[in-house]
Amino acid sequence: MASLDRAARSFLLSEVIAGFVLTLKYMFKPKVTVNYPYEKGPLGPRFRGEHALRRYPNGEERCIACKLCEAICPAQAITIEAEPREDGSRRTTRYDIDMTKCIYCGLCQEACPVDAIVEGPNFEFSTETREELMYNKEKLLANGDRWESEIAANLQADAAYR
Amino acid sequence: MVLQAIAFYVFAFITMASGAMVVTSRNPIYSVLFLILAFFNAAALFLLLGAEFIAMILVIVYVGAVAVLFLFVVMMLDIKITALREGFLKYFPIGALIGAALLAEILFALGVFGSGSTTITALDRAGARVGTMENTRAIGQVLYTQYFYLFQAAGAVLLVAMIGAIVLTLRRRPGVRRQRIGEQLFRPKDQTITVVKVPTRGGVS
Amino acid sequence: MYADLIHFFTVNWLGQAIVILAECLLVTVPLLIAVAYMTYADRKIWASIQLRRGPNVVGPFGLLQPFADGLKLVLKETIVPSSANTVLFLIAPMITFMTALIAWAVIPFNDGWVIANINVGILYLFAISSLGVYGIIIAGWASNSKYAFLGALRSAAQMVSYEVSIGFVLVTVLLCVGSLNLTKIVLAQSGWFWDWFWLPLLPMFVIFFVSALAETNRTPFDLPMSEAELVQGFQTEYSSMPFALFFLGEYANMILLSAMGAVLFLGGWMSPIPYAPFTWIPGLVWFVLKIALLLFVFSWSKGTLPRYRYDQLMRLGWKVFLPVSLGWLVLTAAVLQFGGWLPGK
Repeated sequence: MASLDRAARSFLLSEVIAGFVLTLKYMFKPKVTVNYPYEKGPLGPRFRGEHALRRYPNGEERCIACKLCEAICPAQAITIEAEPREDGSRRTTRYDIDMTKCIYCGLCQEACPVDAIVEGPNFEFSTETREELMYNKEKLLANGDRWESEIAANLQADAAYR
Repeated sequence: MVLQAIAFYVFAFITMASGAMVVTSRNPIYSVLFLILAFFNAAALFLLLGAEFIAMILVIVYVGAVAVLFLFVVMMLDIKITALREGFLKYFPIGALIGAALLAEILFALGVFGSGSTTITALDRAGARVGTMENTRAIGQVLYTQYFYLFQAAGAVLLVAMIGAIVLTLRRRPGVRRQRIGEQLFRPKDQTITVVKVPTRGGVS
Repeated sequence: MYADLIHFFTVNWLGQAIVILAECLLVTVPLLIAVAYMTYADRKIWASIQLRRGPNVVGPFGLLQPFADGLKLVLKETIVPSSANTVLFLIAPMITFMTALIAWAVIPFNDGWVIANINVGILYLFAISSLGVYGIIIAGWASNSKYAFLGALRSAAQMVSYEVSIGFVLVTVLLCVGSLNLTKIVLAQSGWFWDWFWLPLLPMFVIFFVSALAETNRTPFDLPMSEAELVQGFQTEYSSMPFALFFLGEYANMILLSAMGAVLFLGGWMSPIPYAPFTWIPGLVWFVLKIALLLFVFSWSKGTLPRYRYDQLMRLGWKVFLPVSLGWLVLTAAVLQFGGWLPGK
């Protein structure tokens, strides 16, 4: 009897059909993925996305060219050159990040004493050429201007845990 | 009619040319590919004769199965092309002799020399019975009546050849662990897994 | 005037050539569009089985995705490996593509809607479908790459093995019909949908479908291009247009085998219920619906089944399907002979 049962089950493909029924059931379940370009998942305030250089509210750039970020960067993606300005303040003349090297570890923003370099919430910055991923100071400052409100809100939200 | 004649000469020429290329091409892969081309054109010639069943069977059996296996084997062989060329002149006389013998046999069968009328009349008799029947039906009617015993004998020869090939290559090696799929599939759950309740810091004994 | 036109298109050889060309285009162009949407349907079906959304950005519901993909492939650079055999490397995808297209010449889309209504239609189909393997073998050899070569060898052995059982399935159907003509095969299945051959020959239908999966190298028999072992099998070295041809050829083959299944087992263009409201729907619609049903099962099984191991695949082909199909063939012949139902007497 047991062998008859076995033979019947293997010739009637019972297990294969059970599998097919299961996948058919799944076809009509609601989707678990978000409808990505139109719908996005939530991001935490500590999300480490595209870099930005921030300014003070009066428009002065925050970065003081201490080069701590350059020193701590494990991928050596940051290059900084600096010289004193006419008013004697110390500012960068060059602040480059090679986004193809960057590993988005966030150590630069941890190291920064003035919250100048931060990783913002933007993760959609793909480009068509490699050159466009070599960010210079203008690009980073422009990012800072564009994302300032979000970055400030994120820093505010995270401040309690630091 | 003119169109048919043109088609015949085109197919015949390609058959002959690719036949020649089978023998002369340097790369054995090309030889097999030209052989396939020759098969195809032979099938096309059969089609022109109105023998569509034989044409299709030629393509199915020779192109679809036999030549695939040829190609399969030739591709896996590590053939040095220069080494292949060396023996060409040495074997040429034997090859020519075999070719000549085959040609003579075909001519004999067609009755070019001497009386040879027996085969022709046999074909005629078959043809008369077949008339304007569908190709497949006609072959079946001849094959399973007039040539029934020969057909069965050919089948028996092939069966013996197949069994021989299997017996020659089959060996039972001791100590080989074989997969028994049926047993694997129908292994009951209680013989396969045991669910153990592991107490905290107790471990599994 | 009309008489002149009719004379031109039926008697004049130029007119006839134009008619044949138009018929070919009438089959090929919808077929290629069907192939494009088959890729889309495939991706949507797998996505919904995996609880994903699938392509949904290009055009409404992502309906223009296949054309975007095609455009991408056309615009890319054709890379021929320097150690490849250039001529064969480029011919191989053409063979796959052409063999997938020329088989459609004998498929009847409706009563009398067939380009070439030849007497040995099913043998022609079988012959052409057995040629598809050449594109793959030649591609594998000409690529001069180990992955491509191994994929080609696997594919060759697999397709030759499963053709045997497909052959026996075809013979069984022929026994029930008594003709090799595809139109006659469909006409022999007139009646209700349980009169079609899928029910009396159910085991053969299953064997045919599984062998069709193996013939088209689809999951669970996609060993020739199993990503985990062989990168992309015989397609590894292909890019751009040659790759696109392979892709089109594969999907066209899949649609072809579904059409074959529809003709042999699902009654071709016949409506499932032979009464008024259903017979008003043109036969072409029923035929397309049946093909679509089979194609859905193709995609469905890709979403369901894991890949076979190669020795299991050979075991299934030679030790299960061959004896079962042979046995069922003998059984069918015996039933037809002794039941007195043998056709064509």
